[in-house]
Amino acid sequence: MLANLRELTLPLVGVFVAAKGRVSIVVERCKACGFCVEFCPTKVLALSSAFNSKGYHPPHVVSPEKCSGCDLCGMYCPDFAIYGHKLQAPKAEATAEAKEVNNEG
Amino acid sequence: MTTLVSPIPGNPVEPFLRSDRMPHIWCPGCGIGTTVNCFAEALIESKIDLKTLALVSGIGCTGRVAGYVKLDSFHTTHGRAIPFATGLKLANPGLNVVVYSGDGDLSAIGGNHLIHAARRNIDLKVICVNNLIYAMTGGQTAPTTPGHATTSTSPYGTFEPSFNLPHLVEAAGAVYVARWTTFHVRQLARSITEAFNKKGFSFIEVISPCPTLYQRRNKMGDGLETMKYYKEKSKTKHGAPTSEVGLTLNGEIIVGKFVDRDRPDYSTLLKAQMHESLGDKYVDYDEEQGYACSADGGCEEDSCH
Repeated sequence: MLANLRELTLPLVGVFVAAKGRVSIVVERCKACGFCVEFCPTKVLALSSAFNSKGYHPPHVVSPEKCSGCDLCGMYCPDFAIYGHKLQAPKAEATAEAKEVNNEG
Repeated sequence: MTTLVSPIPGNPVEPFLRSDRMPHIWCPGCGIGTTVNCFAEALIESKIDLKTLALVSGIGCTGRVAGYVKLDSFHTTHGRAIPFATGLKLANPGLNVVVYSGDGDLSAIGGNHLIHAARRNIDLKVICVNNLIYAMTGGQTAPTTPGHATTSTSPYGTFEPSFNLPHLVEAAGAVYVARWTTFHVRQLARSITEAFNKKGFSFIEVISPCPTLYQRRNKMGDGLETMKYYKEKSKTKHGAPTSEVGLTLNGEIIVGKFVDRDRPDYSTLLKAQMHESLGDKYVDYDEEQGYACSADGGCEEDSCH
């Protein structure tokens, strides 16, 4: 239930420093056609078990570290519910932070 | 574990949408939204001034695009998108006029307008989303429905030969003809960008799934299954003879840019003819009116837009 709530209330999913890109999902617009899940070149997404208010299963991010920010999910999405973008942080800094995170984890 | 490293920019399509009208009415798995993404991408790529852009739609599922885009858009009567667009273009030659409609609207009820606009070579960009059926009215057989397909008006399968739209518009005189499917998003966006840089009648056909009517009745699965079919069965052949790119029920889909040629467009021919016949007595309509906003973008008049 908590996981469901989190997915429904947070429109932004998958904020990880190790990734080159990030995906944002507007859950309430999704009609669960599955285009983004199928055609993501790095297989970042999967349809979640949570429902949105129309009863569809919106996608969620399963491998955020793989996201390249190519926005192919956004190009395919017929409902304008998802988009990817490249992270703007400088490369060196990002990797340093990623290492830090890994050490902590 | 997680850190926000940069602010999240908005969806690139969002500035072109009337967000208050979302979610839209298109079915889950319908490809029309995908074509709108490609159109928005092309608008960004071509850096077109949105003040010089007008989008005209007819009636049908694809006709709804005019109501969902935050552009100067025009939702016209059934089949008459091209006549309205022709009027817009002739009255204000500086406008970039896009006709965004479906196969039933453009090739069936508006079939005559399509071929005559192509014959006259009016400077329009026509995006035809072809779902091979009349979708909004309940899945009746359309002129584009391929043979043996089951529809609500042909429960034993269609037997009429169907239109091959690229062949039709090429024969009628279009200067740019391309076909893509909703699977080919990047190629479609590039094609629309190319059409914006082309003067004359450009026609881009986009094959799109209609999971609710066409795919369901023909037992072809949902929208995703259809997209996988497009991925598997489509073959890119640039410059392929359009007579050989007809669609079949389960066969190969030839995609690509088929025609890219130059012919003088309607307004060029009109001016040439008038100058030849009337000489100095003929004053160019746009010169007299001073379409500064369209020609060089330097117009400051409020009444202009």
